[in-house]
Amino acid sequence: RASQRAGPPVFRREPVEGTLADASSAGVGHQEHAGNHTAANGRHNFTKKPFPVLSLDYHHIQTPFEISLWVLLASLMKLGFHLIPRLSNIVPESCLLIVVGLLVGGLIKLAGEKVPPVLDSRLFFLCLLPPIILDAGYFLPIRPFMENIGTILMFAVVGTLWNAFFIGGILYAVCQSQPDLNKLSLLPCLLFGSIVSAVDPVAVLAVFEEIHINELLHILVFGESLLNDAVTVVLYHLFDEYSAAGPVTVLDAFLGVISFLVVALGGVLVGAIYGFLSAFTSRFTSHTRVIEPLFVFVYSYMAYLSAEMFHLSGIMALISCGAVMRPYVEANISHKSHTTIKYFLKMWSSVSETLIFIFLGVATVDGPHSWNWIFVTVTVILCLVARVIGVIGLTYIINNFRIVKLTTKDQFIIAYGGLRGAIAFSLGFLLDDGRFPMREMFLTAIITVIFFTVFVQGMTIKPLVELLAVKKKQEAKRTINEEIHTQFLDHLLTGIEDICGHYGHHHWKDKLNRFNKKYVKKCLIVGERSKEPQLIAFYHKMEMKQAIELVESGGGVKMPSAVPSTVSMQNIQPKKPPPAKSAERSLPQLPKGREEEIRKILRSNLQKTRQRLRSYNRHTLVVDPYEDGFGDLLIKKQKMIELEKKMNNYLTVPAAPPDSPTMCRARLASDPQAYSVKQSSDSVPTIQVDLASPQSPDSVNVMDEFRRAKQQQEEEEEYQGLMMKPPQGPSGPNKPGEADTTRDPQKLTRCLSDPGPSADEDEDEPFLS
Amino acid sequence: MGALQSLHGRPEYLDLAEKTGFSFEQIRVLHERFKQLSHNEETLRRSHFNEIPDLACNPIRAQIIEAFFDRRNYHQNGEGTVEEIGFEEFLVVMSHFRPPSLHMTEEQRENVRREKLRFVFNMHDTDNDGTITLEEYRHVVEELLSRSGALEKETAKSIADAAMLEVASISMGHMEPDEFYEGITFEHFLKLLDGFEIESRMNIRFLNMDTSTLCK
Repeated sequence: RASQRAGPPVFRREPVEGTLADASSAGVGHQEHAGNHTAANGRHNFTKKPFPVLSLDYHHIQTPFEISLWVLLASLMKLGFHLIPRLSNIVPESCLLIVVGLLVGGLIKLAGEKVPPVLDSRLFFLCLLPPIILDAGYFLPIRPFMENIGTILMFAVVGTLWNAFFIGGILYAVCQSQPDLNKLSLLPCLLFGSIVSAVDPVAVLAVFEEIHINELLHILVFGESLLNDAVTVVLYHLFDEYSAAGPVTVLDAFLGVISFLVVALGGVLVGAIYGFLSAFTSRFTSHTRVIEPLFVFVYSYMAYLSAEMFHLSGIMALISCGAVMRPYVEANISHKSHTTIKYFLKMWSSVSETLIFIFLGVATVDGPHSWNWIFVTVTVILCLVARVIGVIGLTYIINNFRIVKLTTKDQFIIAYGGLRGAIAFSLGFLLDDGRFPMREMFLTAIITVIFFTVFVQGMTIKPLVELLAVKKKQEAKRTINEEIHTQFLDHLLTGIEDICGHYGHHHWKDKLNRFNKKYVKKCLIVGERSKEPQLIAFYHKMEMKQAIELVESGGGVKMPSAVPSTVSMQNIQPKKPPPAKSAERSLPQLPKGREEEIRKILRSNLQKTRQRLRSYNRHTLVVDPYEDGFGDLLIKKQKMIELEKKMNNYLTVPAAPPDSPTMCRARLASDPQAYSVKQSSDSVPTIQVDLASPQSPDSVNVMDEFRRAKQQQEEEEEYQGLMMKPPQGPSGPNKPGEADTTRDPQKLTRCLSDPGPSADEDEDEPFLS
Repeated sequence: MGALQSLHGRPEYLDLAEKTGFSFEQIRVLHERFKQLSHNEETLRRSHFNEIPDLACNPIRAQIIEAFFDRRNYHQNGEGTVEEIGFEEFLVVMSHFRPPSLHMTEEQRENVRREKLRFVFNMHDTDNDGTITLEEYRHVVEELLSRSGALEKETAKSIADAAMLEVASISMGHMEPDEFYEGITFEHFLKLLDGFEIESRMNIRFLNMDTSTLCK
């Protein structure tokens, strides 16, 4: 092969006989055989051959090519499953992916190639696992998590310990009674127990995502799967160290407990430090919006790696980093960055998850197996039994401390949802062959348990949930009333606690809130947003969502709100004396002249906006007003009519005054364009085209250019502050550069060119308001 | 109430226990607190509540205190307010925050829900007319935002308006343009907070455990 290579020397030398195996483990540990290649080349330099017009050089790109192939395969599989709806209803995705992995592994083996050790532990822990955990941590619903933290910790720590010792101990007893397993001493058994006892977050996420159970159960099982990492890490290292060194003394056990605290709390601390760093950095990104998401990702990954460096719990570091930085980062970054972060996290975690399950299948085909009927069946049975007993016992204790007790149904779901997954396999894979001669048997048993839980439990949990009529996730969107009452209740309960003289749950939470508001927020959140109370933030978010939906559904029939009704602001405002005739009309019936006027204005406004937002410079995101792009006039006209109808119904919510924090922030955002819609209580909606205010540095040129452009165009209407005022609209604070602002302009900011995700399903209130 | 524990020489505890559902231990503890707040007098007045330091930074302090003096919360179908309350009234108001017991029928759960929501409703409906008008709701939102530093009256008003609109949409569905929505009645309020799960949220853990107070 070397003789055919007449090209220039490559930067990275592949081994001449590049096999699949070597290539796949690249990215983590890549070998370079530069030596004999150059020598071989040199010898053949004297022979002149015709210049190769087209040549094949697979080894040049082999590693990235194969990685991309795997990722492509994973994504295509994911696509494929959703095209067959019947299949994806019965079988959870994880099962199908494992089967695909088995098939692929089988094919590779049939082809005679060596199956790549794809589930290499380093690859798994450093590349595949972090995106999933970060996604989980960043979007962790903090409020339910914190409310149930006691229960979750009990299950995670005590439950896992119980599982590990129970399984390890009984296995040891069973093995002693078997002639062929006699040499298995206690510590390896306990080590095996600790590996196989941990509930796996990846598997739980994959399965629970499809069954939509209520929030409480979801957060209990999921939280447990995340927090038991610390326990697993400590137990694993403890037994790993001491399995060769002899019996474990009391001192060792004591040190183990200390180690657990260090691992868990250290992980959380490391994560929190990076979280605060990230939040602080995001404070200064107002001029470089494009790289904002990068900070979130890189800081989180650094947190994970730093924690792993000290053998602390990387998972807990990642969770705490994501959870800590989220409220502050989200207050600082632009809407588009928020969307980017969300989509990237979802994308990466989705691909990672798919890859993990496929690799599990491949590794099953590949791995050396040592099947021992007794060991494997006992393991599987013990896992189930230990889980059930553990859950029942712990719930009995926990229910004494909970307000909302866990019912039997809940307990069943928690027990049944204890799935094992790839983490257990990877930990088993890490075992040293020398110290653990039974490694292959362990791996076989682990794989069997994983298969059993993922296939059997994963497939049957959905029908069981239906059968037992377990409460499902509430799909309803959070309403402003619920938000008001959540806040109200918080303060009420804090007050009652103070009256009782009891320093409870609410009291401390309130203190934490106040501390957060007074010191932390000032430090980490830029500008005016730091003072914005949570209720107002929620309200603005809701408005924006409504506005986005309104624009998005301009051509559609679906009403943006959950409750279609004809009630509007008119109906709730106390009756005023009948206004002047021109303004007195019921909303859906406009006189023809006005209607035409509105339509014309809407049409031209939307045209202009579409013009402006069409292109952007990659680095500055400033819009270029000279881009042309008059879309289909007919479609627009249609949309105009729909839009207007909807606005009559929905733009009854007056929005933030121009100087409110959200609006200031909006002006600083990447899109200098603000699209204003104004409405007052008893007449037609006003449309106001608001050029970016002069305060925003990005917008100055745009405004000047636009002014010039306007003068060139011949239109009767005013462009600067294009609006229709109702006859008696009171005037409010005037923004510079804008004519006659009226009371409550509503702005659709930064969203028109990229509406982003339609419903923010991870929307929940921040724990700290 | 099962076997009689030591009544601490207070036969009236039995009566109170039956009325409010607290255990004797809890009643005793609350009585200690009552005496501490009232400086060993027989009745509590608003001024006593104002002395509690922690309560000072609570944005809805006034409404909470009013709730204690509101006859509608005494389960006696009374109306109006009183100037001072005895231990029994104190206890009855506190009993609204008792967590529901584990095994309850649907009907009992519904009753508990109604009771708690009624309490909150009474807090909003300050003029006792059975409806929460737009003005009253605006006042609620303003109070909530009052301590946050940013007293943005306009925003508070808009939030209250939006909320009211939501209630009207949910309860009335379809309204003619010239109809007027009077205010939130209790039935509408129930419907509004249907998904709110107040029976599990409006509880003080303290009232369930036999701990002694961390008194100030």
